Amino acid sequence: MAMRAVCAGLFTLLLASAQVWAVIETYEFSSPELEQRYRALSTELRCPKCQNQNIADSNAPISRDLRKLLHRQLEAGASDEQIRDYMVARYGEFVRYRPRFGGATAILWLAPLLLLVAAGAVAFLSLRSRRGRSHAGGLSEAEQQRLRDLLREREGER
Amino acid sequence: MGPRIRLFLPLIIFAALALLLFRGLALDPRELPSALIDRPLPQFTLPALGREQPLSRDDITGRVALLNVWATWCVSCRVEHPYLQQLAAQGVPIYGVNYKDDDAAALRWLSELGDPYVANIVDRQGSLGLDLGVYGAPETYLVDAAGVIRYRHVGVVDARVWESLLQPLYRELLSGDEG
Repeated sequence: MAMRAVCAGLFTLLLASAQVWAVIETYEFSSPELEQRYRALSTELRCPKCQNQNIADSNAPISRDLRKLLHRQLEAGASDEQIRDYMVARYGEFVRYRPRFGGATAILWLAPLLLLVAAGAVAFLSLRSRRGRSHAGGLSEAEQQRLRDLLREREGER
Repeated sequence: MGPRIRLFLPLIIFAALALLLFRGLALDPRELPSALIDRPLPQFTLPALGREQPLSRDDITGRVALLNVWATWCVSCRVEHPYLQQLAAQGVPIYGVNYKDDDAAALRWLSELGDPYVANIVDRQGSLGLDLGVYGAPETYLVDAAGVIRYRHVGVVDARVWESLLQPLYRELLSGDEG
């Protein structure tokens, strides 16, 4: 029993420490509007080190630095566009989760549209060919006549 | 579209997808293209490790050289260090950027393991690292005589990396410099 209590205690401690780890530093902003922009930008910028996290979520040292930088730039009055340009100049288009349109990123932006058009074309073609086939599958006038004759013959046999 | 080709369509699509994904296996997603390739090294004035005089961009440019970002907290840097010393012994000038590190620890590292660097820039806040687009140590930049960044390698520089990637470019830049 005592063992179990110790285990439970340790487990609780473990959970608590996990939460302590998850804490990311907080910044004071001179206006709520700046804080809003900080949130938006830090979720839109990608951590160069960990790749599949934005800098708001990541606890990598480089993300911490970038958040600090972001805070400083916002307080210094930089526009969103200036901040994005600053980051892109250093880390490339890669740091943006919403890359600019053009060059290598064109395929990213256009692929959904192209896929939609392709899927639409396939659907259209297959529907049309199905309808065409049902017409072709119907009996021609001569065949219908023959069918009637055959049926009548069978009627006569009975 | 003939009925025969339609029969093979799923196989063709599968093959194309498999080829695409197979190629993806060979790519390293951590290898980011540096935004600074063929751009001049950023301006800076930072203290030099173990010296009075600060270092600036002009002090480390003027000849083809390597710029190596390292730190004592970086485990891979310790792996890389012996090879850097070999390169230095071969006469390749290497400048160090001691990235977000402690001066005393860095000096101890150099006295214990040897010093392959011509000089070391102390980047305690990581400001030069930020301007270079550094996202982790070690990183190595090949800078030409005019101070333009020609290549960036992220990770350990070893014999394979040097011989296959850096050395050919280094030689080319050297010969272009003389000619």
